[in-house]
Amino acid sequence: MKNKRQKNSTKPRQSWTFDEYTNSEIRRAAETGIYDIRGGGSKRKLPHFDDLLFLGASMSRYPLEGYREKCSTDVILGTRYAKKPIELKIPITIAGMSFGALSGPAKEALGRGASIAGTSTTTGDGGMTKEERGQSKTLVYQLLPSRYGMNPDDLRKADAIEVVIGQGAKPGGGGMLLGQKISDRVAEMRTLPKGVDQRSACRHPDWTGPDDLAIKITELREITQWKVPIFVKIAGARPYYDTALAVKAGADVVVLDGMQGGTAATQEVFIENVGQPTLACIRPAVDALQDLNVHREVQLIISGGIRNGADVSKALALGADAVSIGSAAMIAIGDNDPKWEKEYNRIGSTAGAYDDWHEGNDPAGISTQDPKLMKRLDPKKAGKKLSNYLKVMTLEAQTIARACGKNDLHNLEPEDLCALTVEAAAMARVPLAGTNWIPGSDQKNNLT
Amino acid sequence: MGKLENLDFKKNSLRNINNFLQNIDFKKNLREFVIRNPSGNHAICAGLKEDISVNIKGHVGYYCGGMNQNANITIEGNAGTGLGENMMSGLIHVKGNVSQSAGATAHGGTIIVDGNASSRCGISMKGVDIIIKGSVGHMSAFMAQSGTLLICGDAGEALGDSIYETVIYIAGTPKSLGADCVEKKITKKDLIKIDELLNIGKIKKIKSSKFKKYGSARKLYNFKIDNVSEY
Ligand SMILES: Cc1cc2nc3c(=O)[nH]c(=O)nc-3n(C[C@H](O)[C@H](O)[C@H](O)COP(=O)(O)O)c2cc1C
Repeated sequence: MKNKRQKNSTKPRQSWTFDEYTNSEIRRAAETGIYDIRGGGSKRKLPHFDDLLFLGASMSRYPLEGYREKCSTDVILGTRYAKKPIELKIPITIAGMSFGALSGPAKEALGRGASIAGTSTTTGDGGMTKEERGQSKTLVYQLLPSRYGMNPDDLRKADAIEVVIGQGAKPGGGGMLLGQKISDRVAEMRTLPKGVDQRSACRHPDWTGPDDLAIKITELREITQWKVPIFVKIAGARPYYDTALAVKAGADVVVLDGMQGGTAATQEVFIENVGQPTLACIRPAVDALQDLNVHREVQLIISGGIRNGADVSKALALGADAVSIGSAAMIAIGDNDPKWEKEYNRIGSTAGAYDDWHEGNDPAGISTQDPKLMKRLDPKKAGKKLSNYLKVMTLEAQTIARACGKNDLHNLEPEDLCALTVEAAAMARVPLAGTNWIPGSDQKNNLT
Repeated sequence: MGKLENLDFKKNSLRNINNFLQNIDFKKNLREFVIRNPSGNHAICAGLKEDISVNIKGHVGYYCGGMNQNANITIEGNAGTGLGENMMSGLIHVKGNVSQSAGATAHGGTIIVDGNASSRCGISMKGVDIIIKGSVGHMSAFMAQSGTLLICGDAGEALGDSIYETVIYIAGTPKSLGADCVEKKITKKDLIKIDELLNIGKIKKIKSSKFKKYGSARKLYNFKIDNVSEY
């Protein structure tokens, strides 16, 4: 039959509101009766570092010679109270990713790569593995609400302790590891029966609120004899007040994770609808540190969507002392590599979009506990890739800093930046490109 | 520091007192110590490692005996929040009452409380044995993973909510049970364990036959949408 479409009929129009993805999610929910669980961070388009540009040097600022003049990158974390602060060669650390979510070899690869590049890695929900402690020169040990695998022997082996209050992907939510990934080893480290769905608590079992936290930190310092720095990790929820309270509770370092920050697994609705974008969190946190007169004394580590040296330098320019990466580190060691495309297709995904990490079927052998898949990752080769990537990021950040005339990445400042959008200008508090307008700067109380 | 009379909060700091107990010089052949005037200080005896006995003459604040390994700590008074949190081994005996979250996430060893324990006693416990001669508050044994909680008195609301493999023995009555916590049949093995705990706690007034047993129905171990109202 011939197409009866009239000459002037309108084209079929997809709804902006009910787009393809939304509709597929409605159908999936209707069929399965359970919310969508996935890994990764927010996938929607958010105001981000891409919306900022560096101005570079000009008549009034002179640049530094690219390969000749020094541009320092090292950073010391934990100078406030710890007897042994951490010294890193680069201001990019590897964020906490749990053993359980990631395989043993993947943790080992992170440790190897970070050590070559002169930076630290962080344990995660599920405790300290010998693979990671063995390879990671500087290891941060997380104290999470679940306390899986937490023990004083490992605590004393750590180079720093990170009290986790929240994660950007799920401020106010706990961890999740579904039965498929609870292998014998994971179960044993977590003191759980094999194969149960494990939902970590969202609050610490033995403290609530900043006054208690101060006492908790004292206890941790007593156990570790005031040697190692204590980090406090918060989600990008209320960055001004949360940072101020972490400082008040005695943190040496505040780790602030915006909503683009990855997670091993949680509800999609949580990832996409709770928390603030990383870009929106930095200035309020720095305000808090400055108001309390501890900026640079209490170091600020920013995470959530850091991908390259430009992101690093922008975060530092806004006042961070260092950044931390999770997702990018996974990609560097081989996560979502198109070489596994056929296998991604087989499990209903595609390279670059694969995020069902909780199911444990990762073709790249990283977010899995399946012995066969795990073998696909060579921790030495993967570690080398991570160190290459970290070095490139550092070089990129140095390139930008030199172009702005800075001999230390930490000398970058908001003054070096402009914004491409009104939103980014307001969040980063830098002028909209081509103007001297900083939206919101006329408001006295800019706190969040 | 180093002299025993200095384990006195009127004369010395928390750091010095803990440091002394954390680094015992065994050449001196002393294994018994007394702490005076604790006055509710926090983190007393946190992170002890050795097989020593410490007697604390008075009330203690938060996290007394936190992460304890091997030490035998007696508190002649009341204890604040998080007594023996994440303890690995050893013994903590409180002669008075204890506040919230006693024995939280503790992996091993034994905690004895002569009085009552407040809410969330044994929260997320991972293998410790807790003996409470009085009653416990609400949400006790919340998400408790392993180990035994023996309660001679009653329990507040939502006992054993979302419990995993911890076993609860109680002589009195729980005000209510939490999600997935159910009464279980007492076996011979249970009676032996109860007698063992009564013995450790030097409890003679109550017979093991008086206790009921509660544990996980294991219905929430794997997510099912039809159980969603339970979560
Ligand atoms: C696989 C995976 C596992 C994670 N596990 C933990 C964890 O155990 N504890 C924690 O505090 N954060 C965890 N996170 C969050 C990271 O520490 C970090 O905040 C986040 O990845 C930073 O954002 P990015 O992924 O955009 O770099 C995890 C993230 C990923 C991707």
